[in-house]
This record gives sequence, C-alpha cells and structure tokens, in this order.
Amino acid sequence: MKNTQDFKNNKVFTWKIGGAAGGGQQVAGLIFTKACVHGGLFTFDSSEYPSRIRGGLVAYRVSISEKPVLAIYKDTQLLIALNREAFDYCLPDMTPDGVILYDRGKFEIKPEELKGKKAYPLPLEKLAQDAGIKPLAANIIITGAAAALLDYDLEILKEAIKDTFAAKGQEAAEMNLQAADFGYQYAKTNLLPDEFPYNLKVLKKNNDSIIATANDAICLGAVASGCKFMAAYPMTPASSILHNLAAWAEKSGLVVKHAEDEIAGIQMAIGAGFAGVRAMTATSGGGFALMVEGLSLAGMTEVPLVIVEAQRPGPATGLPTWTEQGDLSFVAHAGHGEFNRVVLAPGDPPEAFALTARAFNLAEKWQIPVFILVDKYIAEGHQSMPEPDLKDIKIDRGEVLTDEQLAKIKDFKRYLVTKSGVSPRSIPGQPGGAYLANSDEHDEFGYSIEGFTPEIRNAMVEKRAAKLKGILADLPGPELFGPKTAEITLIGWGSVKGPVLEALKALDGVNYLHVPAPWPLSKEIMEKSLKGVKKLVCIENNQVGQFANILSELCGIAVDERLTKYNGAQFFPEEVVELVNKLK
Amino acid sequence: MATEKDFITKITPTWCVGCGNFGIWTALRQALAELGLEPHQAVMVFDIGCNGNGANWHGTYGFHGLHGRPLPIACGVKMANHELKVIAVSGDGGGYGEGGNHFIHTCRGNQDITYIIYNNHRYSLTTGQASPTSEHGAKTKSTPAGLIEYPFNGPQVALTCGATFVAQGSADEVVHLKELLKKAVSHPGFSLIDILQPCVIYNDKDIRQQYKQKVYKLEEAGYQPNDKMAAYQKAGETEKLPIGVLYEEIRPTYENQLPQLAKAPLVKQPVAVGDISEFLREFK
Ligand SMILES: Cc1ncc(C[n+]2csc(CCOP(=O)(O)OP(=O)(O)O)c2C)c(N)n1
Ligand code: SF4
Repeated sequence: MKNTQDFKNNKVFTWKIGGAAGGGQQVAGLIFTKACVHGGLFTFDSSEYPSRIRGGLVAYRVSISEKPVLAIYKDTQLLIALNREAFDYCLPDMTPDGVILYDRGKFEIKPEELKGKKAYPLPLEKLAQDAGIKPLAANIIITGAAAALLDYDLEILKEAIKDTFAAKGQEAAEMNLQAADFGYQYAKTNLLPDEFPYNLKVLKKNNDSIIATANDAICLGAVASGCKFMAAYPMTPASSILHNLAAWAEKSGLVVKHAEDEIAGIQMAIGAGFAGVRAMTATSGGGFALMVEGLSLAGMTEVPLVIVEAQRPGPATGLPTWTEQGDLSFVAHAGHGEFNRVVLAPGDPPEAFALTARAFNLAEKWQIPVFILVDKYIAEGHQSMPEPDLKDIKIDRGEVLTDEQLAKIKDFKRYLVTKSGVSPRSIPGQPGGAYLANSDEHDEFGYSIEGFTPEIRNAMVEKRAAKLKGILADLPGPELFGPKTAEITLIGWGSVKGPVLEALKALDGVNYLHVPAPWPLSKEIMEKSLKGVKKLVCIENNQVGQFANILSELCGIAVDERLTKYNGAQFFPEEVVELVNKLK
Repeated sequence: MATEKDFITKITPTWCVGCGNFGIWTALRQALAELGLEPHQAVMVFDIGCNGNGANWHGTYGFHGLHGRPLPIACGVKMANHELKVIAVSGDGGGYGEGGNHFIHTCRGNQDITYIIYNNHRYSLTTGQASPTSEHGAKTKSTPAGLIEYPFNGPQVALTCGATFVAQGSADEVVHLKELLKKAVSHPGFSLIDILQPCVIYNDKDIRQQYKQKVYKLEEAGYQPNDKMAAYQKAGETEKLPIGVLYEEIRPTYENQLPQLAKAPLVKQPVAVGDISEFLREFK
C-alpha cells in the first residue's frame, strides 16, 4: 500500500460507497471486500442504511489492511459517491488526501467543496448506455474503476463477482463481469491511474479466509454444535440468523420456524428443548421484550435454551438499523422471579462462533437460558477470519438419563434436589421418565405445591440457585489485551472489543480487559483480573454504563471513569484513542 | 397395554365437586387407553386455569406452561419429536383470549396436535370474570354493567383459519366425548375440540339442565362433516347446540412437509458436531 494513513504503522485503507437505497451499494461493497480477502488482505466492513426499502442513504464502508483489522476506521481514503447526499454525508470523514469517485450524471462538485481532495467524475448512466450495460450494474462499473485506480487485480475482482452472482444465473453474472471490465478499462484510459495516491496489493492468492458477520458465525456455530431447532420472528438486526438457518435447513437438518410472534418463537424453542433437542431463538430488544415471560418459564421448568439478542438502539422501535449496547441490563435482569441465566457477549465473529458452541453446552449442562448478546455493528458487519475449526467444539449435554438408567429408577424425580442444583432429566418418549414440567412451583416430581409448604418452596428455590457456583466456574473468563501493567485499564464487553483493540495499537500504557460473559460475574475472578489496576475505565456503547453498574452490583468494584457513546454509531478506533488520551 | 388408570397420577384432583372437568378427564383417559397409547408416548401441554390444574393428575409427560401459551409449546414438542402424540389443553380464556394469535396460526399450519378447549364461558380460576366466549350482556366482576362485546366462536374461527378437524363436545356426554377425542387424537393434523364444560361455581345454577336440553348429536341428525359452509353454519347455532365432528379434511401436516423429519424425528438424530463445510463456502 502506498501512502495510506499511518495508524501507528498499522496501515489501514478505508473505502466507502454511498448512494440511494436500492442502488446496490452493499452488493458492490461486499464484492470489493471479497476481492480484497481473496487477495490475502484483511477487512472489516459495516453498512449504514435507513429502515425502508427504497430511498434514503445507504452507505457501505470497509477498512482494509495487510494485517488483521478488527474495526471500522472513521478516516476514509476513498469515497464512491453515487449521489449528492452520499457526498455531503461522507465528506467530513475523508482524510485530507482522500479521493472521491462520483457519478457526474447525478450531481456536480464545485472545486471549493473539495478543499484539496482529488475527485474523479464518472458519467455513469452515459457510460452504461454506451457499453450496453443495464443501469442496475452502474455500481459495478464504478467498482471496476476503483480497482483500476488502486491498481488491484482485476481477475480477483471478477472472481468475486462470479461468486456473488453465481446463484442469480449466468446473465446477471455476465452483465456484472462486463460492467467491471468496462469500468476498469475506462479508468485506466481516462482517469490518470498513475496520479492516484493509493494502491492495494494482492498478498496471496487462493486465500482460504472467510468473511462473516457475528450473526453468520452464530449460525455456523449453532449448526456445528448440533442445534436442531430454531424458531424466531424477523427483527433487525437479528433477522439474518433466521434467514441463514432457514436457507440451510434442508441441508443442515435444522427445523427453522418463522413463528407468528416472538412470544411463540421462544415458547416453541422451549417446547423443543423440553422434548430433548438443542433449540434456540433470535431477536432484537423489542422482540425479546415479548419473550420475557418465556425466559422466566425456562428458568422455572429448567429447560435448556439459547437466545440470541442482537441489540439496536432503544427504547421502543428506537433506531432499527443502527447500533447500541443498550440491552445488557435488560437481559441480565429480565423475567419475573429469581433464576439463573448466563449472558455471553462475543466481541467479534470468531468469538461469536466459539461462544455459540459454549452457549449450547452451558444451557444443557446447567438447564438454564443462555443469551448470546451481540449488536448491529457486529451482527451485520463482516470481518475476514480464518475458517472456524470444528476441532475446538466439544459437545456436553449435561445430565440426560439413558433408558437403562431410567429403568433402574422407581419413582423418577425430574427435579431431584442435588448439591449442584442440576437434576438429571428424562426426554419425553422415554419409558419410565414421565414427569410434569411445571411453571407453578413444584415438588421434586414436578407436581404443583399449593398451600403454604415452605420446606418444598425453599428447597426448590435453593436448588435452582445452587447452580450459580458451578456456572461461575464454567464461564469463559476475562481476557487481557495489551501490556500486563498499564496506567489505564479499559474494561468492556461485546463489540467495543474491535475498536478498542485497534486503538491499543496507537496508545501507550493502556490495556484492555474484555469480559466475554458479563453476567453473572464472579467477584473473585473479577478482583483477580483487576488486581493492581491503576485507573479502571469502562467503555460501553450505551449512555448509562450498564456493565459498570453490574460490576458494582455483583462485585462491589467501582470504575474510575465511564466512556459511553449512544448516538447510534459504534466507537471508531480514532475516537477511542482521543477519549483515552484525554484521561491521561 | 396401558389402562385408563395408568393415565392417573398420585395427585388428588382439586377441582370443585361436580365440575364438568371431571367428565373430560374420564373421557380423555379412556380415549388414550383405547387408542393403545402408553403414558410415555404422549405429551400433554396445559394452560393456566382450572383446566390446567389438571396437569397434576394426568399421567403422561406433561408441560404446564404459561397462560395462553400451550400451543406454541406443543408445536415445539411436535417438531422436535413427531412420533409423540401431542395434546394441548386450554380454557376459553387462555385459548381464545391470551393465546388467540397462536390459535389462529396453528390452525393455518396444520400441526398434528389436538387442542382441547374446556369452554366454561368464564375465567374460572380467577373467580369468574367474563371470557371471550361469554354471552353479550354477561354481568361479572369485571363487567358489572354487562359485557359489551359479542362472543368469540372458536370453531368458526378455526374453520376460517384452515383447521382440518373441528368438533364440539359436551363434558357431560362422556361416552360421546371419548369417541370424539379418539377421532381428534387420531386425526392427522390440527384438531380442535371445543367442549361445553359446566362450571358449577361461575355458570348459571342450572347450567347442566340447560346443556341437557339444548345439546344434540350431529351423527344422529344425519350430518356429514365434509362441507365447510355447512360446518360454519352449524358452529353458529345457539338455540340448539350440536356436538360431534363439524368438519374434517385431510391435508398434509406441518411436520409431513419438513424433509428434515423424513428419516427420523429430530430428537432421534445424534447431537454431534455438525458439518458446516458447505455453508462456509458462502462466506468465501
Ligand atoms: C399472563 C397471565 N395473566 C393472567 C393470569 C391469571 N389467570 C390465571 S387463569 C386465568 C383465566 C382462566 O380462564 P380460562 O382460561 O377460561 O380457564 P378456566 O379457569 O376457566 O378453566 C387468568 C386470567 C396468568 N396466570 N397469567
Ligand atoms: S371453579 Fe368452575 S371450572 Fe373451576 S374447578 Fe370449580 S367448577 Fe370447575
């Protein structure tokens, strides 16, 4: 890469395309990203779009580097503006030496607007017409032109186009290949590529990395972990989980049910879990609000359950297509009555894969609901990553009785009081294992207790609560990044991980403690992890500092500062650097 | 082979003496035994209400869930293991009020589940408030000035939403009800039985006599349950109350249309590390 912004020797190039919704920016962006990854580069992308199907601004940006890149950078080197709105919106993020490719057929840029930045006009509609290409493929013409200016490998770009359009048929693929060729040649002859300030080099061909979102990784993780049932109701940004798993259903063997509402979604998953299969549901905050009674039901009946909650800014409908970490307190405290649940909060797609496998084990071992808490930023943002390794997956179903074991038990007690709090379970259909899973408080058989029976009530409350000790020991522990000792220790959970890790590259004397399981917390483990910390700063994508509150609630640990952001966007690495430097 | 006694647990029923639920309980136990089922081969999913309290004395695998939610639990169980007989139980409050949406959509899906509504036209467990099936003008604790709404007709809604088996029964006609339940449980697809269930506490004092005078058996009236429009009309009768099968048709069940279940129920497929290589290709 020549001349890219030097972010503490970690050269990152950020490419952005923006235009009217329906213009195919996301497709073009993803193709370009794939082409980068196929050439051995590393990427992280994100798309911004309004909650409607046509009109409004849709932008897609990708940060590219020769080394792993874990976040979207704000500073943008190359902008493809397909309309005026996109130009105005994206211009403030452009670096002083940034370059703009724009559709001159749609709008004109006055030289004084550019403040020294280079701009390359392309009359897209006319070009498409001249070349006999449908206007629909204009986004690919300009992507081809961008590849030419960056001196990137055209063949690799064309491979990515073929891959992307393979499912749509020969004609679509041909048209887009032609568009890429045409854009590439046009730029080479008409746009002075030699004067272009940046280039991208292919590092290696036949790279076997994948690009996946956290949602994609959760789906892959669910299939890999033997999940067999998923029921859900669509809601951004969780919907792609339903879409992926539904598309794979026949081949993966999962039954995927688009339920009539979220209430039914969670109930069906509980029904399937009770019946003995690994089951899950997925939603966003508003949908989870409808599921809350079901969460409490799973707590009482001790049915294993995995719930993905992909957060978006609330309250209410909020900002459906933007991001926030606003639901941690909600999922941690949701549900009437007292019962255990676990919240796992992966920071990126590879971690989402690994934690999904863990979620199913935790749910079955402890017979509890387990959340996988992500947010729009990583739920819909792709990261280049190695193929997940199935060798890392161990399946542990906890205490499920075999037919032989059941045959030896005279009066089977499904809710047997045990020290660990976990009672071995039977699966409906097994002879001798019939019992009542009961939302009413019940005895060891599952039968309702009525009247005042304090011994049984206490025994059952204490049995369910006793699981906490084992759960805490079974959770993934906090992970420290950066130097062992530091002036400032950042602490966070979920998707702040990427921007913070990128920021650490430019910060001295700062480290980061990532907490993959922000609920419940072991006081002992947290105290150990934070021993010797000089200044503890919690960074969260919400207004209150929800994790900081939980840290104080469960561990009595008070943070020194809270860095929060709640405008609908995630943190950018540059922003983290600035905020942390101010604390020094 | 199991007898009806095998479908009883050690728990003593807590229903009021004379409650219509007893008749349904007897008919159901006999029906399951006569169908040759063993207690472990069935899952019964119960609502919250007087009806659902029965969860404690029905001896199959049971799930006593939340108010209004037995159907989606039953659907989840059935999709996980379609070899089980799955029976869901609600009252008119839980089934048609709190759980109304699930009712509509399970009719559409034709899951192979039997849905029994213990219809006493009141919220009995919560002391007799008006329910979705209460008569217009009903004066109850929650409607002291008289109920403004008109009653919800479960069988008519089921017909409209595509249920493939719709029947009405009477808790006091135990033998007839047993036969009806056998048909419903054997029907491949979603079957609704809406049962007139006298509540001796919150219905009129003479409710049993009223039913006795009004009820007539469809089979004896020469009715054929194969015409949706006729069924719709029958389900709307109020002067006389028809019991028997109102409508039956055979349509593929929800589970039948899932190729994933063709070889074996989900629960009988091994829980093992799944192959993702094919799906990984999409992310290259
Ligand atoms: C979510 C919720 N809301 C309200 C209740 C209180 N509740 C219990 S049973 C019931 C209604 C019972 O009426 P019905 O379903 O007709 O059954 P019945 O008691 O008449 O058999 C209500 C409102 C509850 N348990 N859960
Ligand atoms: S209140 Fe009515 S429905 Fe409930 S048990 Fe008593 S008689 Fe039966």
